[in-house]
Parts: sequence; C-alpha cells; structure tokens
Amino acid sequence: MVVSVWSTTKIAFRALWVNKMRSALTMLGIIIGVGSVIAMLAVGQGASEKISEQVASMGSNLLIVMSGSVTSGGLRMGSGTQMTLTLEDAYAIERECSAVAAVAPMLNGVAQVVYGNQNWSTGIQGTTPGILEVRDAALVSGRPFTDQDIRAAAKVVLLGQTVVENLFGSMDPVGQIIRIKKVPFTVIGVLEKKGQSVVGQDQDDLAYIPVTTAQKKIIGTTFAGMVRTILIKARSAGEMDRAERQITDLLRQRHRINPKGELDFSIRNLTQMLQVAEQSTRVMTLLLGAIASVSLLVGGIGIMNIMLVSVTERTREIGIRMAVGAKTWAIRMQFLVEAMTLSLSGGVIGIILGVVTSQILSRLAGWTTIISPLSVVLAFGFSGMVGIFFGFYPAYKASLLNPIEALRCE
Amino acid sequence: MIRTLDVTKIYQVGEMTVPALNGVTLSIGRGDFVSIMGPSGSGKSTFMNILGCLDLVTAGRYLLDGVDVSHFSKDELAEIRNRKMGFVFQGFNLLSRASAQENVELPMLYSGTPAGERRERAREALVKLGLEGREHHLPNQLSGGQQQRVAIARAMVNEAPLLFADEPTGNLDTKTSMEIMDLFVRLNEESHITIILVTHEMDIAAFSRRVIRFVDGVVVSDVKREA
Repeated sequence: MVVSVWSTTKIAFRALWVNKMRSALTMLGIIIGVGSVIAMLAVGQGASEKISEQVASMGSNLLIVMSGSVTSGGLRMGSGTQMTLTLEDAYAIERECSAVAAVAPMLNGVAQVVYGNQNWSTGIQGTTPGILEVRDAALVSGRPFTDQDIRAAAKVVLLGQTVVENLFGSMDPVGQIIRIKKVPFTVIGVLEKKGQSVVGQDQDDLAYIPVTTAQKKIIGTTFAGMVRTILIKARSAGEMDRAERQITDLLRQRHRINPKGELDFSIRNLTQMLQVAEQSTRVMTLLLGAIASVSLLVGGIGIMNIMLVSVTERTREIGIRMAVGAKTWAIRMQFLVEAMTLSLSGGVIGIILGVVTSQILSRLAGWTTIISPLSVVLAFGFSGMVGIFFGFYPAYKASLLNPIEALRCE
Repeated sequence: MIRTLDVTKIYQVGEMTVPALNGVTLSIGRGDFVSIMGPSGSGKSTFMNILGCLDLVTAGRYLLDGVDVSHFSKDELAEIRNRKMGFVFQGFNLLSRASAQENVELPMLYSGTPAGERRERAREALVKLGLEGREHHLPNQLSGGQQQRVAIARAMVNEAPLLFADEPTGNLDTKTSMEIMDLFVRLNEESHITIILVTHEMDIAAFSRRVIRFVDGVVVSDVKREA
C-alpha cells in the first residue's frame, strides 16, 4: 500500500498554504541559514582561490637558498647577514643538481630610477635569464636577458608594470634609456602583471638587471661574485625534497663544511609556506561554514516548533485520516513531508539568497567569491536533513494519537 | 459477520477505573440494520468504537468475519477499517480544507488506489448521492444534509460491507434527517450494506430492523422487528 509521494506533497503544500504567513516565517530560519552557509563558503573559497592564484604567481615548486647567519660575540644575527653565496654557487647548482629545473641568483637592493623628469624608487634585482622560468614570469613586450648580457654585464633592464606606469605612463618603454643610480640602462622588456603577493607586496614594483651589472655598478658587494639569495625551481613538486638535498650536499662541498659543521646557508621551501597559508584559509572557510550552519540548526528548531503546533491544531484531521484507514507511517509521512517541504523550499530560496549575497559582496566589497556546486548541493542536502530530523518528532507524535480521542477533539 | 464474546471495556481515568462495557455478547449478521440505543454513558458509543476497530477491548473477544481482531495492532486495525468499514459521524468529520471530491477520495488514498481511479470512483459515489455539481465545493459551502451525504459517499466508496453511523442525524433538521435515513435504508436494501447505527431518538431507530438497548454497559434488550 503506497500513498503516492505526489499526493502527500500536494496535501503538504495545501496545509502550508493555509498558513502562508506562518509558513513563510518558519522558512525564514532555513532561508537565512542556507543563505549564510552559501555566502560564507563562497567568501572562504574565494579567499583560498586567491591565495592559490598568488602561490602560482610566485612561481611553483620554488626553493630559496639564503646566506647564513653571522655569529659575533655569541650573538647570532639573522639569515643573510653573512654573505656566503656566489654566482658560481648558482651555476654549480644549475649544472650539477638533477632535480633542479631552473636557477636564478639574486642580488637586490633599492634604488631610484629616473626617466626624463620622472623618478621612482623601486627594488633593483640583479639576476640571470633563469629568473623568468623560476618565477613563472613572462614578458608582454621586448626580449629577455641573454647569457651574453650576463657575461658582458650589459646595462639592460626588464621593468615591472608598476615601474612602467610611474615612469612612462602609457608610453612604450622598450628601447628607452633610464638611469639607475646615474647609470644609464636600456629597457629591453616589460614583465607581465602579477599583482599582489600573499603578504600584500606589489610584485610588479621591480626592475631586473643582469646580476653581473648589479655587482659592478649598482649594489655594493663585499666580495666579487657575491649574491644574496639563489632562487631555485625544482622539476616538480615531488622533486622538491630531492632538490633540497642535492643543493645542501653541493653547497656543503663547495663551502668546505664538514658533515658535522654548521651550514652557512639555509634553504626554504616557499611553496610549502604558501600551502600552509592556503590550508589555513581552508580551515577558516570551514569555520565560517560551521558558524553559519548554527543558524540552519536554529531554523530547524523553528520548523519543529511549528510542526508541533500544527499537529495539535489538526488533531481532528489526523483522527479522520486514521478512521478511514491511514496507517501509522502514512500519518508520519504526511507530517514529515510537510516539514521537508518547509525546509527544502526554504533551502531553495536560501540558495538563491546566498548566491545573490555573495554577488553583492564581490561587487561592493571587492571580495573574490566562488560558489562551488558542492556547497549548493551540500546546503540543499543539509536543509533536507534538517527537515527530516526536526520533522520526525512532531510526525511521530501525530502518529501516536488515539483515533477516538483525536476525533473527539474540536 | 460480527460476534462479540463477553466484551468488557474499562477506562482508566487517573486513579479511577471506569467500566464502560460489562461483558457484552451478541452477534450481528451480514446485511443487518441495527440501532444501538441507550442513555448517555450507557456504553453504546464505546461498543460502536470497538465494533468499528477504533478501540480495543479490555477483555473478551471480538470476531469479525470469523477472525479474532481483539489483539490486532494499530496498523492492522487501520487496514480493516480501510477495507471493511465506513464511518458517518454526527459532526460529519470532513476535512475542512478539502473539496467534497477530495474528502471522498481519502479512504482510497490510503488503500493505494491509482489517482485516476480514485477520481472516477469518488465522482460516481457523489453522483449516486445526488451531489453532482458539488464535487469541488468545500464542506463549509455545503448544507448539513449535503455534508452528511459527502460523509456517506466517503464511507461507501471503498465498497466496505460495514457502515457505522454515530448519531448521523444529530446535527440535522427533521426533514433532512428523514432523507438521510431513507438513504441508509436504500443502502441496506439495495447494496446489502450492514449498518450499525447509534442513536437516542426513537423515530430514527424506527428505520432499522433490530434495536439493541444498552444501560450501564450491558445489553438490556435486543428486539428484532419484522420487516
């Protein structure tokens, strides 16, 4: 004996339609709950997507070799206080470490760049052609460095977008001469825009020059061939550990450090650090979702409350249905379907509200929001479960009624 | 068709036990038209509720078509009510938000009749009771007599062989009461439906062929009239 789902749903809709205001208010709890879950997950996912983008913009599978620390009078200074890395170290890593895909030695400083009557202070980074591959960077115009530029310590420069905007406005800078610390440089290319880094640093406010030129003309070095850091791109994410080991072994050998001695350099896995940041946003997203689902729970309690009222009000109706042969489960099903109709309708409206809210948030506050199909399915499923869970007790109560007493009830 | 053996019903009201039926033994045959009479508190409604499978006996046995249903579960009783019984009440007991048609369809909803057949049979039943054109009226748009006829249509739509009527004319004027009673007589004679009627009015009981009187939970008289 199957009472069709359709008939039961029709009965439920009619019962809810009779008390339009009450049904709407009851649904409101679920609407707000589902809406906030959708919006919160959209905001959280937008944030974590943005971080992923920034991770990608930094360059993937990135290792950074830093000079070691100085110990003077028992006081240990920070990393990079003692310059121990050389250009030759970088070349050796490129030659000898099989897990390394690209290498870019870095010697950086800050200097004033001048073009005509415009000037701008920016980060000057002395490096090699490998920098583009290491940082997953590309040029929008001009040409990259060549090995010849490095060997000859050519006075050529690649500019980031921010520098171009500040010095040239909308003019094409390629082929123009700019001055860095009074030394004239020819602009040979412009870098593609990368946007902000995870920590909010402008990744386009820089100028790349050959590392040899930097050593000789722009940035003071304590010894010939010194570089501050060496950026490394491993062949793949899985090869990062191997690359790290190979570099450590090689530099230990080159710097003549015995196996027990303290290293005069350190290697950091930048990608890993960013992945940690990514993970923390993901936790944040879950937390937001969890807080939002509390309101869904409150909405569910609202449904239970109204369903209990409804069962009491309709005692006689239940009695009539029982008298003409409704079995326990048919009565239970009727009220359960009614609760689920409330919660699922609320869920659908809530999803729409959540989508609209996240659109508004991204328009007005400029937050990246991403509505994943999974969060929609999850919210809808969850609201259905709320209906079943909170509808069950009232339905159970209705099914326990005694038909005679129910019929006698006014 | 119906046999009760020493049926006793005791209600528990708080600390007190209230006996409603004290060992009722009787049988009602197929096609009979029985009136149950008695003052209020005599146990006549309790007896009808037990016969109608709406209530369970405290002691004794109730055999319906030879089957002892005294200890059937709630759902088994619901199924018996659905298949074998129809009910007509004093207060009509129609679903107020459902149309006449939908009210009549109700028992078929719980017997799993397909929607098309439900509509067809409910319409037929309403037409038979002179309610053509009123199918989509709500109960409060119908007169008392019309509402009671909707209730009768609901009671007979599943072709139940047993019809229970609890003071069916209590809320109706004399003229309408007579019309409803004529309807019962016709159902009894033409469709051979067994009717068990609870009433306290003599002129209503006069339509039946057998009158059973209850006082204080026991049968005091059981009179068969010649047709």
